[in-house]
Amino acid sequence: MSDVADRVKKIVVEHLGVEADKVSDGASFIDDLGADSLDTVELVMAFEEEFGCEIPDDAAEHILTVGDAVKFLEKNSSDTK
Amino acid sequence: MFDLKGRYALVTGATGGIGEAIARFLHMQGATIVLSGRQEDKLKALSETFSERAYILSCDLTNREQVSQLVDRVISMGGRIDILINNAGVTRDSLCMVMKDEQWDDVVAVNLTSTFMLMRAAVRSIIRAKTGYGRIINISSISGVIGNSGQANYAASKAGMIGMTKSLAREVASRGITANCVAPGFIRTAMTDVLNERQVKHVMEAIPASEFGMPDDIAAAVLYLASDEARYITGQTLHVNGGMIMP
Repeated sequence: MSDVADRVKKIVVEHLGVEADKVSDGASFIDDLGADSLDTVELVMAFEEEFGCEIPDDAAEHILTVGDAVKFLEKNSSDTK
Repeated sequence: MFDLKGRYALVTGATGGIGEAIARFLHMQGATIVLSGRQEDKLKALSETFSERAYILSCDLTNREQVSQLVDRVISMGGRIDILINNAGVTRDSLCMVMKDEQWDDVVAVNLTSTFMLMRAAVRSIIRAKTGYGRIINISSISGVIGNSGQANYAASKAGMIGMTKSLAREVASRGITANCVAPGFIRTAMTDVLNERQVKHVMEAIPASEFGMPDDIAAAVLYLASDEARYITGQTLHVNGGMIMP
């Protein structure tokens, strides 16, 4: 598992208060992890902060699962170490 | 009760009668205040009447670029926004039939659009700060509730503010953020000083309390809504009008 994936999962666990083993790549924030629409906005803000990048609204719309977020951040983050 | 120590408040239109009273009340209860307005000299004079915890940021709310930067400027000063008071407002009165597009646009831009933009930026920053406390208080008007001849633009902006505030209130209630309006009736300020004797008499007949309100009457309502004690009140409009309407 990549470092980006670890950091993304940590944020998701903290923010949504879900068990770490539920946060799989294919897990949908809304359908599987119980997020509401405000949670998804907050998650995007948290990703932006953690990875020091901006996630445009049209990209954010397509980040529906944990894997989507990891993929986007691996490609676009300025800070993937 | 109503302790605001450690809270940061941004007040727009701070050099107006109501804005100044709001700033004083919040400051008196311990908040750090950021005073915003168009006239730098007036802001400076006002801030000098506070010995501490008062900062100024001039901003022209007709200028979208300046509006979009205002909240960031508070953050970069090392501040935070816990409480946002959208108090700035302008009038460009005219009967509908002869109202110019610019009169409409100017009033909506300052009273409604800038309020939305500041609210959006403030809520983002409140959520990011993770304090679990936020207060958005928008100063609407009795005109927005019952209409006022010559004020289609102003009334629309103030009614729009109420619907907008209710929507935001629903969106962020679960995060400890409340959003409410205060709707002043006729208050002694520069905005009502322009009424002539006949108009004053006419208005007075409609006010059960038989007098105009004072800026402090509005500030007291704002202070209450800003307090921890008002945490369960959201999406409401508090009418402060001497009984002029009882919706």
